[in-house]
Amino acid sequence: MRMDVVLRVATKLLLPLMLVFGAYVQLHGEYSPGGGFQAGVIVGAAGILFSLVYGLEATTRIMPVYVVEALIPLGAVIFAGVGVVGFLAGDNYLAYGQLAGDPKSGQKLGIILVEAGVFVTVSATVLAIFYAFAGRGVR
Amino acid sequence: MVVLTLLAATTVGIVRVRNLFAVAILTGVYSFLMASVMLVLDAVDVAMTEATVGAGVATVLMLGTLSLTKTEENRPIHSVALPLFVAALTGAVLIWGMSGLPDFGIAETPVHLDGPDYVDRSLKEIGIPNVVTSVLASYRGFDTLGEVVVIFTGGIAVLMLLKRPAARKEDE
Repeated sequence: MRMDVVLRVATKLLLPLMLVFGAYVQLHGEYSPGGGFQAGVIVGAAGILFSLVYGLEATTRIMPVYVVEALIPLGAVIFAGVGVVGFLAGDNYLAYGQLAGDPKSGQKLGIILVEAGVFVTVSATVLAIFYAFAGRGVR
Repeated sequence: MVVLTLLAATTVGIVRVRNLFAVAILTGVYSFLMASVMLVLDAVDVAMTEATVGAGVATVLMLGTLSLTKTEENRPIHSVALPLFVAALTGAVLIWGMSGLPDFGIAETPVHLDGPDYVDRSLKEIGIPNVVTSVLASYRGFDTLGEVVVIFTGGIAVLMLLKRPAARKEDE
């Protein structure tokens, strides 16, 4: 399977598209459907596709297991941290009005940061679970 | 209606087929059909999540599980009477609970009373056109934080379950 030319070439063509689409879904979520959850799964799936075709070792060289497992709580911490920042800025927990100069851009900044946190947790969880499954198969 | 019929057909297929590889693929088909239903209902965000998670990642994970186990489902050892009873009871309770829901399309439900309020306020207060995003990340930020923590907890739990035997093997 590792030597299949069609799969390798198709994956090479698909991967950048998948990653760009993930970024689009993530960053364009305020205008079009999407957001951290969907983008996280798309990018996680890109990682899974890569490791299905090129093997687990090649993937763990790019995204080591400990990095992925550290990213899972990091996303949740980003989300909760944004809430605490709003709290310290003199607003309610998870209210973004005070994060920037005027409430509207504060809201936008807050949403972007929060979605980034969602993205980090979701993509890392998808990859970590796949690593765990695939790693068991090897042993 | 066509999609719903296909959904029912897929469900029957999942229950009847004993080859787990086919079941995994059928579950992916089911998710795609479910995503189509969501799309018909104009819930594009949910459709996207269903298509990526349900049809994409979940299918891969099921196939990954299959590579660790057998691909043919065993005949049930115990009688199916008790599980059948529990399933029927749960279904009956769910249908009974559904009778408490408001009728389809009725105007006095919270969705129609409070919903337009968010649609009106979203652009003024938050300034982004996608109401789903503004409700998800701002008005209902606390809910979403909970969801992220759920994903985090779920991921950690799966990792604990899957990793422990491997670690033990290394120790030996």
